[in-house]
Amino acid sequence: MSDTLVKIRNLHFSRGNRKIFDGLSMDIPRQGVTAIMGPSGTGKTTLLKLIGGQLVPDHGTIEVDGLNVHQLSTKKLFELRQRMGMLFQSGALLTDLSVFENVAYPLREHTRLNEALIRHLVLLKLNAVGLRGAADMMPSELSGGMSRRVALARAIALDPMMIMYDEPFTGQDPISKGVLVSLISELNNALNICSVVVSHDVPDTLSISDYVHFISAGKVVESGSPETLRNSTVEWTHQFIHGDADGPVPFHYPADPIMDDLYQRRK
Amino acid sequence: MKLFNRLIDRLQYMGAATIHSFRRLGRGSVFLLEVISSCVSLFVRPMLVVKQLYSVGVQTLIIIVVAGLFVGMVMALQSYYALVDFGAEDSVGVMVALSLLRELGPVVTALLFAGRAGSALTAEIGLMKATEQLSGMEMMAVNPMQRIVAPRFMAGVISMPLLATIFSAVGVIGAYLVAVQLLGLDSGAFWSQPQNKVDLHLDLYNGIIKSVVFGVVATWIAVFEGYDCVPTSEGLGQATTRTVVHSSLAILFLDFVLTALMFTK
Repeated sequence: MSDTLVKIRNLHFSRGNRKIFDGLSMDIPRQGVTAIMGPSGTGKTTLLKLIGGQLVPDHGTIEVDGLNVHQLSTKKLFELRQRMGMLFQSGALLTDLSVFENVAYPLREHTRLNEALIRHLVLLKLNAVGLRGAADMMPSELSGGMSRRVALARAIALDPMMIMYDEPFTGQDPISKGVLVSLISELNNALNICSVVVSHDVPDTLSISDYVHFISAGKVVESGSPETLRNSTVEWTHQFIHGDADGPVPFHYPADPIMDDLYQRRK
Repeated sequence: MKLFNRLIDRLQYMGAATIHSFRRLGRGSVFLLEVISSCVSLFVRPMLVVKQLYSVGVQTLIIIVVAGLFVGMVMALQSYYALVDFGAEDSVGVMVALSLLRELGPVVTALLFAGRAGSALTAEIGLMKATEQLSGMEMMAVNPMQRIVAPRFMAGVISMPLLATIFSAVGVIGAYLVAVQLLGLDSGAFWSQPQNKVDLHLDLYNGIIKSVVFGVVATWIAVFEGYDCVPTSEGLGQATTRTVVHSSLAILFLDFVLTALMFTK
């Protein structure tokens, strides 16, 4: 069995006239936490959707566990997705189902377990994210952080080989963020799976990652361990990690010189 | 030159709008085929349809009953005042019954259905799209066409003829209350004329066929608009409006076509 779970080669993808990926290639190992980081709008979420087969690339290949995602039949793709969990930024809980039923949903859909066993599994999964006591609540009664934890319990319901996290820390207060950071790390270690975290939150993401890919302008800028990247001499990486206002990513959006603009306006 | 450019711009705009409309129609047609093929899965999970029958059908019942009652009452009044001058007021019953069964029952029910249930379906599915619930289902290896769209479509198609029948029945009762109880028309004349004149095939069956067609079209438009909407609050609002407008126009147009086909001499 290969050590690489996700293999992306020469990926090209556009939305309308806007090029999102321009020959992107990367490997994601079978175990550990891999972070994919980059500024807003670089296509990090799009990349997760491409890996999950929800979007089709213009060119290039994505292999997950040796299977070319975009050449699979719908049946095979759905079989593969049963082995992939995904945590959406909003949680994406089904709003007409309780917390318990949300976590039970994939079990009811894909297994023929009896009700007692489903109850046991759901309560165990909810216990793992610290929300067993919220089993009877409805999604509308949960905070943002709780919703993501329930979604995490649902994502691990079928014991997947990988979990993809889409911006898990965005909009979270420090406590919720701390809970999510430790949950991602602990679950990854306990289940010994592949976790792919897409984020632009540098300190928290680097603290739990084993490997990091920085992407910008449709390509991988730099990859390596968090330690290597912290000490990187690449200008772009330095600017992103330290949050400098100006650098390879300019402060000013491209425009004519200011004097030209002012002069033309006066004219 | 300026005028010429403006004319070209206008032509270009019209051409783009036409292409956009045909593209949507094509997408909608493919979507309908997908929905119909997804309906096969409902035989395994019939409870999904039963649940939707409640929200699509039962919850629309009250507006249908109230509207049917008033439409029947108004029709009895109007036809009574028109016929009494000719001494033909005994025909109020048959006039109301035929109008309801052939036209008003299916059409008004479908228009009310598009406004109440259709807009709700679009908003529900659109909101599920905006909150990534549909994407979430796909990533859980669950096909939202089978679990979300198909049960709602099927519930709409089943509900419409039932609601139209109830509308017509309540309308006739409303007409009876006005014509017989209020205006003093003979009860025997009111009921016997429809018994003689209303034809099972020509009137009742055709009315039911109409309401099934309207049910398919109104529900198809509603679920498609929800599934295809731009997942923002503005996009959702526009999709809901489009559902009501497009459904209403489609129902009225199809009513003309079906009437022309069904009631030829």
